[in-house]
Amino acid sequence: MVMGELSEDTELLVIGAGPGGYAAAFRAADLGMDVTMVDVEERPGGECVFRGCIPSKALLFLADLLRDARRVEGMGVKFSEPKLDIDRIRGWKNEVIDQLADGLVTLSDKRGVQRIKGRAIFESSSQVRLQDSDVSRIKFRHAVLATGSYPRPLPDMSFEKGSRIMDSAGALELPDMPERLLILGGGYVSLEMGTIYAALGSQVTVAVRSERLLRGADPDLVEPLVKKLRGIFENIHFNTRVASMKEKEDRVEVKFEGEADKAEQSFDRVLVAIGRKPTSQGIGLENTKVKVNERGYVEVDEKRRTTDEKILAIGDVAGGPLLAHKAFREGKVAAEVIKGLPSAFDVRAIPAVVYTDPQVAWCGVREETARKEKRKIDVVRYPWKFSGRAATVGLQDGLTKIVVDPDSGRVLGVGITGRNTEGMISEGVLAIEMGALAEDVGFSMHPHPTFSETVGEAAEIFVGSVTHHLPKKREKG
Amino acid sequence: MARPFKLPDLGEGVHEGEVLNVLVSVGDHVNEGDPILEVETDKATAEIPSPFTGKVEEIKVKAGETVQVGDVLMTFSDTEEGEAKPAEEAPLKKEEKPEKVKEKKKGEEPEKPQEKKKSPEMEREGPVPASPATRRVARELGVDLREVSPSGPGGRVTSDDVRAFAEKGKAEKPEEKVPPEREEEARPEARPIEEKAAEMPDFTKWGEVDRVPVRSIRRATAKQMALAWSQIPHVYNQDMVDMSKLEEFRQKHRKEVEEKGGKLSVTVFALKAAATALKQHPRFNASLDIAAGEMVLKHYYHIGVAVNTEEGLVVPVIRDVDRKSIVELSIELNDLVQRTRERKVKLEEMQGGTFTITNVGPMGGGYFAPIINFPEVAILGMGAARMQPVVIEREKGKYEVVPRLAMPVVLSIDHRILDGADALRFMETLIDSLEDPEEMFITMT
Repeated sequence: MVMGELSEDTELLVIGAGPGGYAAAFRAADLGMDVTMVDVEERPGGECVFRGCIPSKALLFLADLLRDARRVEGMGVKFSEPKLDIDRIRGWKNEVIDQLADGLVTLSDKRGVQRIKGRAIFESSSQVRLQDSDVSRIKFRHAVLATGSYPRPLPDMSFEKGSRIMDSAGALELPDMPERLLILGGGYVSLEMGTIYAALGSQVTVAVRSERLLRGADPDLVEPLVKKLRGIFENIHFNTRVASMKEKEDRVEVKFEGEADKAEQSFDRVLVAIGRKPTSQGIGLENTKVKVNERGYVEVDEKRRTTDEKILAIGDVAGGPLLAHKAFREGKVAAEVIKGLPSAFDVRAIPAVVYTDPQVAWCGVREETARKEKRKIDVVRYPWKFSGRAATVGLQDGLTKIVVDPDSGRVLGVGITGRNTEGMISEGVLAIEMGALAEDVGFSMHPHPTFSETVGEAAEIFVGSVTHHLPKKREKG
Repeated sequence: MARPFKLPDLGEGVHEGEVLNVLVSVGDHVNEGDPILEVETDKATAEIPSPFTGKVEEIKVKAGETVQVGDVLMTFSDTEEGEAKPAEEAPLKKEEKPEKVKEKKKGEEPEKPQEKKKSPEMEREGPVPASPATRRVARELGVDLREVSPSGPGGRVTSDDVRAFAEKGKAEKPEEKVPPEREEEARPEARPIEEKAAEMPDFTKWGEVDRVPVRSIRRATAKQMALAWSQIPHVYNQDMVDMSKLEEFRQKHRKEVEEKGGKLSVTVFALKAAATALKQHPRFNASLDIAAGEMVLKHYYHIGVAVNTEEGLVVPVIRDVDRKSIVELSIELNDLVQRTRERKVKLEEMQGGTFTITNVGPMGGGYFAPIINFPEVAILGMGAARMQPVVIEREKGKYEVVPRLAMPVVLSIDHRILDGADALRFMETLIDSLEDPEEMFITMT
């Protein structure tokens, strides 16, 4: 292509080729639209494939394996100390990324989705200009904004490449194995990255400003995890904030305020994982009719239409939980809405999974929220110490709970902590989306012995016919 | 403890309704917001939501009964938790007070507290249980899941429920399913007026648009007019009435009628003239029963008068026009129009018309072609009387142009039962009466 003033026309312009963007582009192409997808990366995949879900899960797989190998000593199997080849681990992780990104390239090309590398900036409600691109401008009939989000830095700082103070993307690069790693923040990024680095040999300290980890999940689900993490991490400082951080050549000197045992400590690296911010600035939205709220998220309706009739927004930039699967669905909805189909984002249970050990997963109505709102609920809990399957793998620190509407018996929410909850939570999602009663879940046969049995048994507690637990009185909400 | 449930104010100044359907049985457990009754008023059919969560203890009404606002319809027993919300009495009591209605007539905004008040529908927690596929079907068919009676356990709506609801909508009579305003405030989404609607283009392609839900009177009017237009082959006959004498008469007697509380409007004379014409031409005072293959000739002369209100067109009916004097009619019409504008007219006062008069004169209109108020077979439209040059024959062969006060009249007839010749004869009788008030008073009683 010729550099310079090359401009193009497209029916649908998708800005951002992350999960939301490519889902929108693929669906639109399948519906017969002429689609152009612009992204700053060469290949589709976005934050999820390159710097998020995928690389972190590849590394978490190794972390689980390493810990399991040590754990089974008590069961009579002893492995010799593993040898870690960081370069190879990094290489393997990158292979996984490449495999998935290349797969997305094939899927795009086979569908006839035109991919353009560049940074799109709106000039009007029907045109973008591109930076760092072979194409200078694209005119569009419709646009789907899927620019995602980026790691939030601390006030007055920015993430520099090569710095000892890293964001999640930097940490996933595995620059080296820091002896002491400080992680700021108590969300899932912090805990997953801490799990990885701890398994690979770092001494991990987590500092959080609040008195809880994973504030998005109910405390009783997080409790078994915190118990485990206390054994894995060197320290968890609650109610602690960083007063100052000084990066030296070989370390970072940190001053804490709050409950940290020592106020001044030195770390080899620091990971700042205090949240993410939507990518809504610097992309020319002021030249459109798109409205952005005070937190930087683009305002959208149920059909993911913005206040600009030609522009829809999906994924992280449109707010809500910042999750790839939420963006997938929104992307499809956006494509269908543009096509004129009666589509809407009417999801009732967005599942969330934290890939720590144990994993924490939940969906639908949360007990904590419901109680705060004084909503009438019943909660049934099935602790994993009653699970035969959990006993066979020595992982009985788990909990399965179901939030039920006491009048109708309908499943409103599900929360699970334990091994493999990533696979189990979908049963809760299906139950909620289908409007199933706890009875339906209880009467659906669960294979024995499995972890998923705990979901069936929890439902049977509500119904009053539980087998491996005593049919206790329900907790009234 | 038994809790009585009284018929709440249905809005629109409607104070009573006919129970169409009782949607629950004794012993049923209902949730707050669940529909328990279908009540029809003249302009609307409303689903009445339950104000409580509890068990139905006693049902005091049957389908077909007419109930008044404030009547006890059923009683509920408390839920075990005793958590039923005390939402029932307060708002109803408030609305029973007449001064509330008066406030509205002054053309003020609808009462604020009513807007703020959450309806039981909104207070019901969470969405209607239905699977994602069912929700898609509902979107496709334009069905609001909250209106569908669920067949699944614990109130779960199935795809079949949604389809059945959409089918029912198609099959139903014209004056159906217009929930009263109060309920609509709670859920202001628009619903299709006809299930089988012509496809609409995407207007936003050409510029900005607003979409405003079509409700209550507007909605009923849309349905009724579409029905009339699709059923009745209309023929129009227009003419001019020389109002000079009548106007003189009217001015002369206006004061004395006013003192008696009436308003001697042109419409009053038109009512009387129409009754006279209807008596002389009985097929204008009829309906055509297609199914039976019969003409229904009515031996009563109840004439509807189209009244323009802020909310839209309403047609209250004056009964037995032939048996009432001009003074009586001017008092009754004045009162009826006022109450209609205040939305205080009763259900039965809007029913049973045999003919309709619509007078656009006071608003300055001329000729226009009114649509017959189905199942009536004719309607009289009147325009504004204006001074106009009229050619008269002074003596044989000598013509003169004189200024006369002339009023345009249009008669729309149902050509299935009436012909143009009938229309001319009817019009002649009518015009004769109006042009010669003395003649009218002789012939009318």
